[in-house]
Amino acid sequence: MMRLPLFEFRAPQTVLEAVRILDGEGPKAMPLAGGTDLLPNMKRRQQVPKALMSLNHIPELHQKTLSDSGSRLGACLTLSEIAADAGFRNGMTALAQAASFVATPQIRNMATLGGNLCLDTRCNYYDQNYEWRKAIGFCLKKDGDTCWVAPSSSKCMAVSSTDTAPALMALGARVRLVSRLGEREVPLTELYQNDGIHYIKRRPNELLTEVLLDSLRGWKSAYWKLRRRGSFDFPVLSVAAAAKLSGTGVVEAARIVVGSVACLPLVAREASELLVGRPLNQGTIAEAAALAARIAKPLDNTDFDMTWRKRVTAEFVTYALRELRGEDMRGERLLLTRHSSSL
Amino acid sequence: MEAERTAQIRFTLNGEEVDVFFAPYKTLLEVLREDLGHTGTKHGCELGECGACAVLLDGKPVLSCLVLALECSGREVLTVEGLSADGRLHPLQDAFADLGAAQCGYCTPGILVTAKALLDANPHPTRDQIREALSGNLCRCTGYLQIFEAVEAAMIKIAEKKTEA
Repeated sequence: MMRLPLFEFRAPQTVLEAVRILDGEGPKAMPLAGGTDLLPNMKRRQQVPKALMSLNHIPELHQKTLSDSGSRLGACLTLSEIAADAGFRNGMTALAQAASFVATPQIRNMATLGGNLCLDTRCNYYDQNYEWRKAIGFCLKKDGDTCWVAPSSSKCMAVSSTDTAPALMALGARVRLVSRLGEREVPLTELYQNDGIHYIKRRPNELLTEVLLDSLRGWKSAYWKLRRRGSFDFPVLSVAAAAKLSGTGVVEAARIVVGSVACLPLVAREASELLVGRPLNQGTIAEAAALAARIAKPLDNTDFDMTWRKRVTAEFVTYALRELRGEDMRGERLLLTRHSSSL
Repeated sequence: MEAERTAQIRFTLNGEEVDVFFAPYKTLLEVLREDLGHTGTKHGCELGECGACAVLLDGKPVLSCLVLALECSGREVLTVEGLSADGRLHPLQDAFADLGAAQCGYCTPGILVTAKALLDANPHPTRDQIREALSGNLCRCTGYLQIFEAVEAAMIKIAEKKTEA
């Protein structure tokens, strides 16, 4: 039986109170939202915070404002709330799809948007119980000094496994980070870095309080996720695509993001730029898919064969772009989810 | 590590207000089973990967192995023990027994409460909606078909009862 380690429990009622706690405790305190990532990690002793600071008693973190001119999403909105709300359609469809594909219905009732954005990176050599990790002498990410995926690497290769980050990056989202001394807005494309240990640039004394989106009028978006089962599993490849189309179907702006193939979600810049000024026809989609797939360099530390994950990247980009141009993709979706989704 | 029972909460368990003292690191699952003797909710993977420990928290299915008991103060928890009323099984329980939807039975409590939440929110779900609602509950015995059929049978029985009333 795996028990949680002992911890001090704090339950602030306001953001101000929360950031004061983070400031006083330093990295030894961790914010607790849905707990679906942090508590399993604590049971396996991957993360052992001295103090847990619940975010569930801070009303402003649960607020959302959806409007044509832009949206603000509180970090503690649950993934169920996002998946179920018809306000998250059209421009924001990719976010609703990403939220609806996370884990299981019960977990989506608990897990939050902010938690999924801060999700710990994952690796077959890290996401194991204490005894398993001890038996291999631990690994670079926690308690050891060898990366078992790439033993000559001085850098941890754990994989970014968040579903909502690629979707929100494709939508051009920013996040608000608040600390005792002030606050800053960071584009989501600049929040992450290519290091499995220091994968997020949120400082330990900062709280991610909300996600900000500019107007998405005229935009369409889609999210595609590869996993073994139609439920439960983290992504082992994901593609988010968003495009603003003219009345004649010509792409005016586009963003393609490839997730779960590195320590951070990767923006496929060349592929995104190639789309601009062109209609989304078969030839354009094929060119963009080939360009986007080039940046995916998966390693052998998740489910499925890494060469196959690399190979199907172009196909997933193709699915996403075909969906953007209005094709009926329900058949392909059904193969991946095994139940027809309302999204 | 039987730490001191230094934490205390009051919450509603299956319609009754209860006070419980427990070790503060415990999950809702551990408090239900170990401190309140409600062993109907099952202890599965402990990591959110099986659904055996599902309970309804304020009417919504959640995994009790990943909820801190400390976070349940003032809230409403429904476990499989709270499904029957007036000495009669819930129509879902009847249907599960009649149609062989429980074999070893270990996943059944989590599936029953999850299915109850589905029928409360959507009295006439399609087969696909049932599949999706139960997609977080693993069952290694039945192959799921009998479970889906039992939820559909219960759905019809509940609708009939409503028409009679």
